[in-house]
Amino acid sequence: MTVEMTTSGPAATWLKRRSRISAIEIVFWLATLLPFFLFPSYLSLASQIAIGALFALSVDLILGYAGIITLGHAMFFGIGAYTAAILAKHGWGEPLTGLVAAAVVAGAVGFVTSFIIVRVQHLALIMITLGLGLLTYELANSFSTVTGGTDGLGVTIWPIFGRFDFDLWGYTAYSYALVILFIGVLVARRIVNSSFGLALTGIRENSQRMPAIGSVYRTHLQKIYVVAASMAGIAGALLTQTTGTVSLDTLSFQRSADVVVMLILGGTGRLYGGIIGAIIFLVARDRLSDMNPQYWYFWIGLLLMAIVLVMPGGILGGLSRLFGRFVR
Amino acid sequence: MIGNLAVVLFDGFAFGMLLFVLSVGLSVTLGLMNFTNLAHGAFGMLGGYAVVVAMRDLDIPFLLSLPLAFLVAGLVSVVFERTIFRRLYRAGELNQVLLTIGLVFVAAATMAYFFGTGQQPIALPAYLQGYVELGGLRFGAYRIFLVVVALVIAGLLVFGLEHTRFGARVRAAVDNQRVAQGLGLNVDAIFAVTFALGSGLAGLGGALAIEIVGLDPSFGFHYLVYVLIVVAVGGLGSIGGSFVAAALLGIFDVGGKYFVPDMGAFLIYLFMVVILFVRPVGLFGKR
Amino acid sequence: MSEGTPVLRTEGVRKRFGSLEVSRDISLALPVGARHALIGPNGAGKTTLINLITGRLKPDAGRITLDGQDVTGVPAAERVRRGLTRTFQINTLFPGLTPIESVLLAVCERKQEAGQFWRRLTGHAEAVDEAFAILKQLRLDDVATRETRHLAYGQQRLLEIALALATRPKVLLLDEPAAGVPKDESAALFAVIAALPADMAVLFIEHDMNLVFKFASRITVLVAGAVLVEAKPEIIRSDPRVREVYLGQGHHG
Repeated sequence: MTVEMTTSGPAATWLKRRSRISAIEIVFWLATLLPFFLFPSYLSLASQIAIGALFALSVDLILGYAGIITLGHAMFFGIGAYTAAILAKHGWGEPLTGLVAAAVVAGAVGFVTSFIIVRVQHLALIMITLGLGLLTYELANSFSTVTGGTDGLGVTIWPIFGRFDFDLWGYTAYSYALVILFIGVLVARRIVNSSFGLALTGIRENSQRMPAIGSVYRTHLQKIYVVAASMAGIAGALLTQTTGTVSLDTLSFQRSADVVVMLILGGTGRLYGGIIGAIIFLVARDRLSDMNPQYWYFWIGLLLMAIVLVMPGGILGGLSRLFGRFVR
Repeated sequence: MIGNLAVVLFDGFAFGMLLFVLSVGLSVTLGLMNFTNLAHGAFGMLGGYAVVVAMRDLDIPFLLSLPLAFLVAGLVSVVFERTIFRRLYRAGELNQVLLTIGLVFVAAATMAYFFGTGQQPIALPAYLQGYVELGGLRFGAYRIFLVVVALVIAGLLVFGLEHTRFGARVRAAVDNQRVAQGLGLNVDAIFAVTFALGSGLAGLGGALAIEIVGLDPSFGFHYLVYVLIVVAVGGLGSIGGSFVAAALLGIFDVGGKYFVPDMGAFLIYLFMVVILFVRPVGLFGKR
Repeated sequence: MSEGTPVLRTEGVRKRFGSLEVSRDISLALPVGARHALIGPNGAGKTTLINLITGRLKPDAGRITLDGQDVTGVPAAERVRRGLTRTFQINTLFPGLTPIESVLLAVCERKQEAGQFWRRLTGHAEAVDEAFAILKQLRLDDVATRETRHLAYGQQRLLEIALALATRPKVLLLDEPAAGVPKDESAALFAVIAALPADMAVLFIEHDMNLVFKFASRITVLVAGAVLVEAKPEIIRSDPRVREVYLGQGHHG
């Protein structure tokens, strides 16, 4: 036994090194504190970015790792957002339990829809995710008595732990969103560095081989779909709680498409791709907010084409090619 | 009430025929090359704008500008196919989806730049305006025209695929590319031609759509969802499937908006999700 | 049968695609520890038979039993879990994973540990050791941490077998394990196959008759979807019908 342990040493060491926390990661998380000191007037934007990053991370789990293309993930974001809002509207504005409720509801819907998702592939998969997303939007629109319809809902959220009130400048909002994002990354990290994460990558790399190694891989897919749905739900609830409002656009196709753009821009299957993408995408949109939306999408379109044609793997993919193993 | 129903059914069917012309090309090209081309609707939009320019600036009559829409969309599409799309045939769906949806965004912004974001109306010739009275019911002349055009196209496509040499090659390539290549067929060239024809039909559809649904820069995106529903529900590479799916979708859509205006769009998406859940390859798909 | 009860048996398996009958009434029996070759001209239905046995295709008629249990209606993954594993003629690997990851995944799947998302990969120490031992056995330990897409073709063929071994098969079906491998390397590859545990039944498809006669203890000749003859190598070697099939083909080629 001990002999074997030492013989598999190099491979085991290599596996260990892959999941090690790198210096860059630590620097990155320290840098996320900078807005408190350097850009205190942009803390609301910073919290929007943290929320966008968490949402993109949830998409990365299914798209980047497991290879499920989705054009309707906003459905879970919106469900989470409305869950938190409706709770608050009916007298329960406690934020943390609101997040839990959002995760549970979005996860439950994710569980039900996962039975459809794992049945289909290719165009049918794209259409089903798109269709379910649009369907949820229409449903929310129809039940305007519950959802507030196109006007949305304004809600009051209680202070976190009964102490930290959501202030106008966004100190609490950003701190809150950042902590939740950090936890989200830790959880996602744990998942992708487990045997389960390896199985997901296996499905992405060659789903045909999976049954031939005895894998009932649909179960894996359903599991990660539920996790990603819950995480997206939490992101949505965060948006409701930090802004005090929710509207139909949390469920819109636009949001589903934007999050994929962020993820692709940053790089899929790398945990941090969605975060980097969210930072660049949302900062750019904020800077160019007076631009006609038509032209904003001109550049987004061009960017997508450029990434596919000349920069597969997005920004992190490009960087990792530049620096070899440096960024993982 | 019954009369209403008949008119709504007919309008729905006419709308479905419009969707058929818009979509059938994508069904064939997707079946042939497995290239998920989300920019198909954008070629439809291009055809629409081609007709607007032809009629307004060049004074070309409506009926003559329709083939022009077909040509413009077909030619432009084949340029994209030869230069960009072909590089992604083996690149996986995600890349195909991203690239082509990027193209939709770019196309929409380009049209907005040249034509503005407003609707582009065209003036139909007098003989296509007004109604035809039949048993006390009034059917729109233009919608009758649409149905006739779509039926002619469906007939030509079926004839072309079933009874011509080129059609036989396309069918062979759809069934099994490797075998077709082994038989010495130039699958590459077959695809380029098919792609041009399919996009040309989309262009024609975009032109025909102006009178029914209008034309603005969001057309390529807005009708993409309808096009994809037709293709996915009908089954890849199936002309008959596209026809049935388009007719059903048109009738459901118009009927839904008429009878249950609050739930109209919801029903459409539900219809699609249920069909794809039960039959992931679509109603008439094989793979 | 002198070698004892067969571990894998097909009884009257039939399959047709449209009007083409690709498997006609195929009955085979593999005893424990068999080294059984499946030969026949191209298009004889060899790979189809493997697809039928492993559950990739559903037979139109007939029965497949593993260890005496009927597995005809059992899904492919479950057959693997019960010990019926295959390799592929065309590499069907995980291009972006390294050999150690690929084999570790297969080991974890076998131990039903692949769904555990709370444990670090390195926490599965036994599985890691086992995966590495398999790679070592196939002389892939030096490239264990190199991405599969960057491996030499011959190494990828070995990884095909490594993945199958990780499932601890009772019956191993090798679909042209040496396909595309240069002649001098294919002998080495078959030496690996010959060294497989004695209690594992192996059915392999191979075109090189020298290798077949060297490694097989029994041979089935498949022609046009049907079993032409099944016998010991010495008998196959002198069977006029087999000569006919192969020489006939040779003349046209």
